[in-house]
Amino acid sequence: MSDGAVMTSGHGAGHGKKGLGNPVLGMLLFIVSEIMFFAGLFAAYFNLRTATGTWPPAGNGAFELHGEILFPAIMTSLLVLSSVTCQVAVWRIRKGDRQGMNRALLMTVLLGVIFLIGQAYDYTQLGFGIADGVFGSTFYVLTGFHGAHVLGGVLMLSVCLYRGGLGQFSAEHHDMVEATSIYWHFVDVVWILLFALLYIV
Amino acid sequence: MATTAVRSAARPRTSLYEWLTTTDHKKIGILYTISSFIFLGVGGSLALFVRAELAQPGLQFLTESTYNQMFTMHASVMIFWVIIPFLAAIGNYVVPLMIGAPDMAFPRINALSFWMVPFSGLVAVSGFLLGGAADAGWTAYPPVSSIKFSPGPGMNLWIVAVMLVGTSSILGAVNFMVTIFRMRAPGMTLFRMPILTWTVLVTSVLVLMGTPVLTSALVMLFIDRNFGGAFFDPALGGSAILWQNIFWFYSHPAVYIMVLPGMGVISEIIPVFSRKPLFGYKAFVFATAAIGALGFSVWAHHMFTTGSVFLPFFSVMTFLIAVPTGVKFFNWIATMWRGQITFSTPMLFAVGFLSMFLIGGINGVFSASVPVDYAIHATYWIVAHIHYVLFGGSFLSIMAGIYFYFPKMTGKMLDERLGKIHFWLMYVGLNLTFLPMHLLGLSGMPRRIADYSPTAGWNDLNLAATIGGFTIGLSFIPFLWNVFISLRNGEEAGDDPWEANTLEWATSSPPPAWNFDRLPAITSERPLFDARHGHTSKDHE
Repeated sequence: MSDGAVMTSGHGAGHGKKGLGNPVLGMLLFIVSEIMFFAGLFAAYFNLRTATGTWPPAGNGAFELHGEILFPAIMTSLLVLSSVTCQVAVWRIRKGDRQGMNRALLMTVLLGVIFLIGQAYDYTQLGFGIADGVFGSTFYVLTGFHGAHVLGGVLMLSVCLYRGGLGQFSAEHHDMVEATSIYWHFVDVVWILLFALLYIV
Repeated sequence: MATTAVRSAARPRTSLYEWLTTTDHKKIGILYTISSFIFLGVGGSLALFVRAELAQPGLQFLTESTYNQMFTMHASVMIFWVIIPFLAAIGNYVVPLMIGAPDMAFPRINALSFWMVPFSGLVAVSGFLLGGAADAGWTAYPPVSSIKFSPGPGMNLWIVAVMLVGTSSILGAVNFMVTIFRMRAPGMTLFRMPILTWTVLVTSVLVLMGTPVLTSALVMLFIDRNFGGAFFDPALGGSAILWQNIFWFYSHPAVYIMVLPGMGVISEIIPVFSRKPLFGYKAFVFATAAIGALGFSVWAHHMFTTGSVFLPFFSVMTFLIAVPTGVKFFNWIATMWRGQITFSTPMLFAVGFLSMFLIGGINGVFSASVPVDYAIHATYWIVAHIHYVLFGGSFLSIMAGIYFYFPKMTGKMLDERLGKIHFWLMYVGLNLTFLPMHLLGLSGMPRRIADYSPTAGWNDLNLAATIGGFTIGLSFIPFLWNVFISLRNGEEAGDDPWEANTLEWATSSPPPAWNFDRLPAITSERPLFDARHGHTSKDHE
């Protein structure tokens, strides 16, 4: 640097720097935008719920979800379990254990798929639809968009699993697994909020 | 560096295929520019139809229904497919160069962000061919935007298109932030970054926090329209005010999304053409951050007359956000003070921005006062305000940026004489168009009407505005001619035609795919100035 100039080769590619990898930082920032998306939906939910007064609105017995809590509770625990298996996958690959990561990822994908099937089944059992007033609209928009995010997460996990099967991840290079796991935890946290809000409170 | 060269040499392709599949931030920046100019033609033509209709009382050219589509699509196209992508164009082209990076952090996501813009724009505009475009205003307030009052396909197409272009912005914001946080050259600390990079960073935060909220509102509107949802329909227990709250939570920060990078461009240009460093660099950075933060606390000033918002809070916050903007004005003026000013075309547009944005800012502060707002709400005063901010502010800064960076992008200088003709036509035209609108608004002319009474006293002012509008349209002829002849046989630009301060001028024009062979030492926010004048890091300590 004494000659007043530096060569540029090697810098800027994001490798060899300390701290988060670019994909992980990118995912964290993307999740900020996802939080704001759900914040918009939650804001609408709270606004309409307070404005309505009695919640669930009177006149439709199907709105009483407190009595049907068992099935969604099981689904919730499966999703929380999938977050654990997802984190196990990350811990395994950090130690370079590819087989362990693949097993844990497979578990996570299966649990995610079971959750989606369970949610679809739950929809068929509910006695109200999206056009049934503000209760129906908010319920299906919140759970529906959460479901869409679970589907997105399952697809990302499947790509991780596929690439893991090809042996493309190692203890040093597994940013995609880290990023996907953060996303999956986020989807899990949103569901816990939704479960508490829609079925319990 | 070597790998990039090998990669591009290994697979020879046609030039068109290369442009369609490029992930080079500079080519994507140019693609953004071209796309924005095409949509500017669309949005500008729509504006001229509107102005032609309003030139005299009575309905001459359009029906009320087509008029509604025209002003709705004019605003939507100009905001979502012209101004925001134009700023993305400048950011894309310049930011990686400014921080000494070889490209954006995620080049393929960058290409995806770009291609979503023209695609979504075509989706929105296709309404005109499919039985009627969106016609509820760009604010799409229910019940006007409900299926009952806007039954055509245009509104649905508009919703989907705005969601897509919003997603493109969000991906772009993530890309910019990771690039700025992670890919700066050695020595390029945060407080040595050019102001334009800072403004792009703060804008990215606004996009990241605001745009998804708009997406959520659009989702709910779509469900209301197509699946019998009840979000915004009071008859079903919903709330129309809810839309306004969620919509403006994004759309007010969107105004700062559209002007902060423009302020960044101006802050690069004024020091260069005043031959002085920017006055109060850190104050400028903090003012930018303050505008970003305050930007999220003023949205309900669009809703004073609804009677459902806390007036004092939103009024005071709106007054408050004028303070950091005022700080910036003093930064710019103090930078020019006793400088050796050259009025080249970029500087003309920059000073034009200062004068026009000042008017837009001041009449905005007026509108923040609740009693004044009650009188001028939804009149042409608001139309005047938004155009002084978005045309006099954002758009003039974009033109300043185009004239400033054209030599870097193409290696050719633009013709100064044609540039000055362009500036003066546009400057006179825009004042002739939008200054009378203040008076129209004060005398009560409502916005978004296709016709008005011949005895209301609005005839002359409307005619003046229409003449001004066509003058603006005319001003693009010298510009396009200028681009055409300069690309063919313009003067060679060389690396640094303006004797500028920042890294993008340290490489060739246009830069190679990998951007830099060598970088000067970065020991201040003006590395090129230091290199030119033999400053070393010790001089800055």
